[in-house]
Amino acid sequence: MRTPLAALAVIASLSCRWTFAAPVEPPSELLWGGDAEGGAPYVEADPADPARVVGIDVEIAELLAAGLGRTPRFVQTGFTSIDQTVARGDFDVALCGIEDTPARRARLAVTIPYYEFREVLTVREGDKERFRSLADLRGHRVATLGATLAYDLLVEAEARDGIVPVTYEDDVHPYSDLALGRVDAVVLDQILAQRGARRNEGLHNQDTPLATGHYVGLLAPGSGEMRDRMNAILRDAMRDGRLEAILRKWNVWNEDQPRLYARLLGDPAANKVAPSPRPTGVVQASLRYLPSLLYAALVTVTLSCLSMALAILLGVLIASGRIYGAPPLRVALTAWVELVRGTPLLLQLFVLYFGLAAFVQLPAFVAALLGLALNYSAYESEIYRGALEAVPSGQLDAGRTLGLTERQILVLVRGPQAFRFALAPMTNDFVALLKDSSLVSVITVVELTKQTSIFAANIGSWVVPGMMCAALYLALSLPLARLARRIERRWQRPA
Amino acid sequence: MTILSVEGLEVRRGGRPIVSGISFDAARGTIVALMGPSGAGKSTILRAMAGLDPVRTGTITIPRPIGMVFQFHHLFANMTAHKNVWLAQVHVLGRPLAEAERKASELLGALGVGERAAAMPHELSGGEAQRVAIARALALEPQVLLMDEPTASLDPALRGELAATLRRLAAEGRTIVVATHDAEFARACAHRVLNIEGGRLPPLR
Repeated sequence: MRTPLAALAVIASLSCRWTFAAPVEPPSELLWGGDAEGGAPYVEADPADPARVVGIDVEIAELLAAGLGRTPRFVQTGFTSIDQTVARGDFDVALCGIEDTPARRARLAVTIPYYEFREVLTVREGDKERFRSLADLRGHRVATLGATLAYDLLVEAEARDGIVPVTYEDDVHPYSDLALGRVDAVVLDQILAQRGARRNEGLHNQDTPLATGHYVGLLAPGSGEMRDRMNAILRDAMRDGRLEAILRKWNVWNEDQPRLYARLLGDPAANKVAPSPRPTGVVQASLRYLPSLLYAALVTVTLSCLSMALAILLGVLIASGRIYGAPPLRVALTAWVELVRGTPLLLQLFVLYFGLAAFVQLPAFVAALLGLALNYSAYESEIYRGALEAVPSGQLDAGRTLGLTERQILVLVRGPQAFRFALAPMTNDFVALLKDSSLVSVITVVELTKQTSIFAANIGSWVVPGMMCAALYLALSLPLARLARRIERRWQRPA
Repeated sequence: MTILSVEGLEVRRGGRPIVSGISFDAARGTIVALMGPSGAGKSTILRAMAGLDPVRTGTITIPRPIGMVFQFHHLFANMTAHKNVWLAQVHVLGRPLAEAERKASELLGALGVGERAAAMPHELSGGEAQRVAIARALALEPQVLLMDEPTASLDPALRGELAATLRRLAAEGRTIVVATHDAEFARACAHRVLNIEGGRLPPLR
């Protein structure tokens, strides 16, 4: 009795929402977007109640919503795609420690800054005399978050000082990898640098800032009126100390902020406190990024070819073991294949790179190669097992009556015939691997997709980078498909 | 002179006896035909003699290597007719490749398919494939040749030719056991015909 009634009540309440939520009157909610994944101290899940978010930007959003007479509602979005999601209109404003850049100003409505930060160089305690600036780090790996001002600094330093930039998807692992010795320095804003040094022992933040930048709110293009209302609310909060209270509460208040406020309040039209990087057109930017995209394509190809070769080798061994091995070996190999096929590649990459770091510190490229190879070897082994079993038993009988050993039959007769059956699915898998290799960006390997997303975030559009990236992937996979067809034709015979 | 003997052979499949109580022997240079309808157990006896199926009871005395020609030939699909014939010579007998290749060419020539040496198995006709299969079986110089339903893939004209070939091979001193349901062919070539019925060999000959 109670269950159908309860269900009816839920349906009724849902339909009420549907009916009355279609608003004719002005919206009652302020939708704001951010990335709560590793987003502390800006936006993160409340440790006491993970359904809620807390952080500096949560309170900035509350401040703005209160000024607009609305209720704030958080929308989760990916940090590196935040420009595109706000431009699409998925939420009213993006607030997530977002840096002010000329590219953003060119494409989106941008609020006045609400915080000024310094880019800080973090090194290990033992290196603090040796690595005082980026120029001291020639040939060394320097980590940062992708699609940030700090990343642009590192790209410039790569050309100027010969450092090796390494990009992460989050702001926690750069510091833990610095402590482990996987990288030799980290460049990020001081808020993150201070947290990083607090959480990892033996890290030191250098005093001299590498650059200054500002956090702003982002709105969809054409939201100029809303942007101006938000600017007025922010200015009021600067005047009456509400903004200062928020920043003090989160322990990020410093002497740079009053100077910023003075500048902004002194000049009511001021919306031009922009950091250094020069604005560039799409064509110029594309030309500037082309070499790095080509290099990233080379990384993709190298990684795919090496991991496919290893996957084939492992796949052959696993398939042979499952057909010819003793029962315990067969059971073990079957379990292994199911484990690898049944869990996401992403998880396997995380475990290999971050999970095993306490025991063995695999270089990122090696971890990526192993992850892809192990994952694909499970699929390859199934292809080979099927192909080996598809060879008619008469072929094996003929080999046995001639006195060939089982190993000779496998190498001379069964294997070559199975290879022909396996060729088409193998080609298919290789093309799939070429594209799956984009997942390794989560463990800091910058391949084609990652480089494209950095490019897209930098110029604030996916159109041109997306087309360039797709063209490069096709340029890689189409010749491969043709080559495979040619090999298949050579091996083909009527049944 | 007896060269092979089968004593009280029983072969089971899935717990059910397929053949049982099979005993016979064969002298050097003779052709023995195992006659009987499909499903009588002729092929099973040959497979047991070739060591392909496990023997439940009974003993098989037979000199190795054995030459076996399957009903559907089972030529290795991934290599030419020529390589089918030289492969085992190199990998089983350890013959030098050049010698094995020369021997393979000779055998194919003697069986009338010398000009088909470079063909892949799927390019051969049924008769050609059979002669390549005989060459492959003879390449290891077996004293005993086992053939399963050799006339199945041949038209009548070729059957007479095959009977003549088997006679010639027997005259050279080989012992041949042929499983067939073709009575005419059995009469044309065999020195002795054994009738298999329901997996058994009736006592009278």
